[in-house]
Amino acid sequence: MTVDHEQQIRTNGHSYEEPVREILVMGHPTLHDVTSRIASIVESKLSIKYLLTLSVTLSMLGLGVAALGYTIMTGIGVWGLNNPVGWGWDITNFVFWIGIGHAGTLISAILYLFRQRWRTAINRSAEAMTLFAVACAMSMVLGHTGRQWLFYWLLPFPNQMQMWVNFRSPLMWDVFAVNTYGTVSLLFWFVGLVPDLATLRNYVRNSFARKIYSFFSLGWTGSHRHWHHYEIAYMILAGISTPLVLSVHSVVSMDFTVGILPGWHTTIFPPYFVAGAIFSGFAMVMTLLIIAREVLDLKQFITLKHLDNMNRIMLATGMMVGYAYAMEFFIAWYSANPWEMWIFQNRAFGDYAWAYWTMISCNVIAPQIFWFRKFRRNIPLMFVISIFINIGMWFERFTIIATSLHHDFLPSSWGYYTPTWVEVSIFIGTFGLFLSAFLLFAKFVPVIAIAEVKAILPGSQPSHKHEHGHAHAEVTGH
Amino acid sequence: MSKTSVGAIGEFTDVNILIKAAETIRDAGYRRWDVITPYPVHGLDSAMGIKRSIISYIAFAGMLGGLTTALGLQWWTGAWDYKLNIGGKGFFNWQFSMPIDFELTVLGTAIFTTLGLFALCRLPTWYNRYQDDESFKKSTDDTFVITIDANDDRYSQDSAQDLLRRIGAANVHIVFPTIE
Repeated sequence: MTVDHEQQIRTNGHSYEEPVREILVMGHPTLHDVTSRIASIVESKLSIKYLLTLSVTLSMLGLGVAALGYTIMTGIGVWGLNNPVGWGWDITNFVFWIGIGHAGTLISAILYLFRQRWRTAINRSAEAMTLFAVACAMSMVLGHTGRQWLFYWLLPFPNQMQMWVNFRSPLMWDVFAVNTYGTVSLLFWFVGLVPDLATLRNYVRNSFARKIYSFFSLGWTGSHRHWHHYEIAYMILAGISTPLVLSVHSVVSMDFTVGILPGWHTTIFPPYFVAGAIFSGFAMVMTLLIIAREVLDLKQFITLKHLDNMNRIMLATGMMVGYAYAMEFFIAWYSANPWEMWIFQNRAFGDYAWAYWTMISCNVIAPQIFWFRKFRRNIPLMFVISIFINIGMWFERFTIIATSLHHDFLPSSWGYYTPTWVEVSIFIGTFGLFLSAFLLFAKFVPVIAIAEVKAILPGSQPSHKHEHGHAHAEVTGH
Repeated sequence: MSKTSVGAIGEFTDVNILIKAAETIRDAGYRRWDVITPYPVHGLDSAMGIKRSIISYIAFAGMLGGLTTALGLQWWTGAWDYKLNIGGKGFFNWQFSMPIDFELTVLGTAIFTTLGLFALCRLPTWYNRYQDDESFKKSTDDTFVITIDANDDRYSQDSAQDLLRRIGAANVHIVFPTIE
């Protein structure tokens, strides 16, 4: 079987497609195996373990909703925020969650454009994570606005006050960036999902499930006249998502950089934030995929090769983030600006030094282990490191926000910020939202892009030696 | 068998044979026929004689629409309808308008591309004349299917089935409507 398999890969390697360097799908499944494997997750009965996990995550969500409700009814005075620290966990969590989303778009769009075919096994779940993370981020900013019931004042709409929003404010850019990001991610995800929902529609036996899948697959047939438009549309969506993902966290960073606060007012922020976002996003994808491939038994599709590649990306983006940390200090010194210099000394050795060094250990030191192939392929180890990175990246945002704010220009107003139980509960609630949504997704939606995996199986594409030029000439001859 | 047929259908499993088959049907002059595949097969475009998709133009229109909206919105609200002086900054400058210009350009492109795709594929259409056929159902799983529609000028039940058999199709049969 192995000889046959290798031979098939070798012949495929000579076709016009890029050769498959390492096996992306293990066990040489047929097209039907792929369908039935993914559909069996959807068709299987709900296990006790699943329901227990879901009840835990839903309780977390409930806690968050209660805390947010308490905030809305009482006012954000119930948070630990006060002058001079006006942004605390709310914005930390917002930036954290938006960052988590970025890996999804990177995997689905940028790796698609670079023809990285290993992405096919993980893009669906990474995109889903993007959506859920953006939802969490939105709940954080909406909570922090103060009078949450007036959220629509953020949007430009004709109103009886005859006023418009201020487009010169980066906070306004943020509204547009995050909403665009959420919408485009949803469209991209849904377009990718339509053919797979059609596959499930024709496969599942439960008639209620079939109706649901029928509805959402919109009547997709798989006609090549449709695939033909579909592939170009998908390419366009990938093409525009690529600059979008770079822009979103850049705009988020402008919320800080456009202010004049030392520690925020730096030009390195946009690329530094984007690198950090991809870094943290990959860590989150890694954490969830390691669990998902075990629980849903997807080792055949999410192979060590995938995990290895993701670890390499984490190593690279971790180094970029480390470089940015170092460069911030260098520029602070090089600027010869005493306030700028002082704030960075304070960041590393002041009241929040514990947060700063947590960030450095988790984000810069921990991923260095991925220089070694052996560790890049060690699943328990990479799971632990991915959690470290999640923690470290949260602390990065916290450090940036809290250190610059707690010692402002007027020493008499200096203070120290600690969150209250309400803020902590809301943060737990966002995890509840994220994890519950992911659990529901993993059970009821195809977690692997079925059609895309089929398209990269060895032998699934024509060998193309024979007729390509000839056929082309005939078409143009008409 | 007096019912009007929907068309003829045949199954394929080998993708190279499928390409050849599509080329044969194309060259035989059929117009209303289709290849149904579980995933996009490269090279079928030319084998079926499909012209380049116009979806890029739709996307381009969305791009222009998004950009125009962004520029118009920021200029009209800030520099025309209600001039709000904030720190003496300009009422409208292209520099500060860039982030929103960019975001709405992307948003316009994405919405037009998606809706354009749905329009070109006639989605949603929750009914297909072949939908209850077993071969047709398999085409989202592991089988390639070629259908020749009855409303093609060259169609007759025998000739279409003969053609499909000749080009290597298995389980060739005629599909009849299940809903009157």
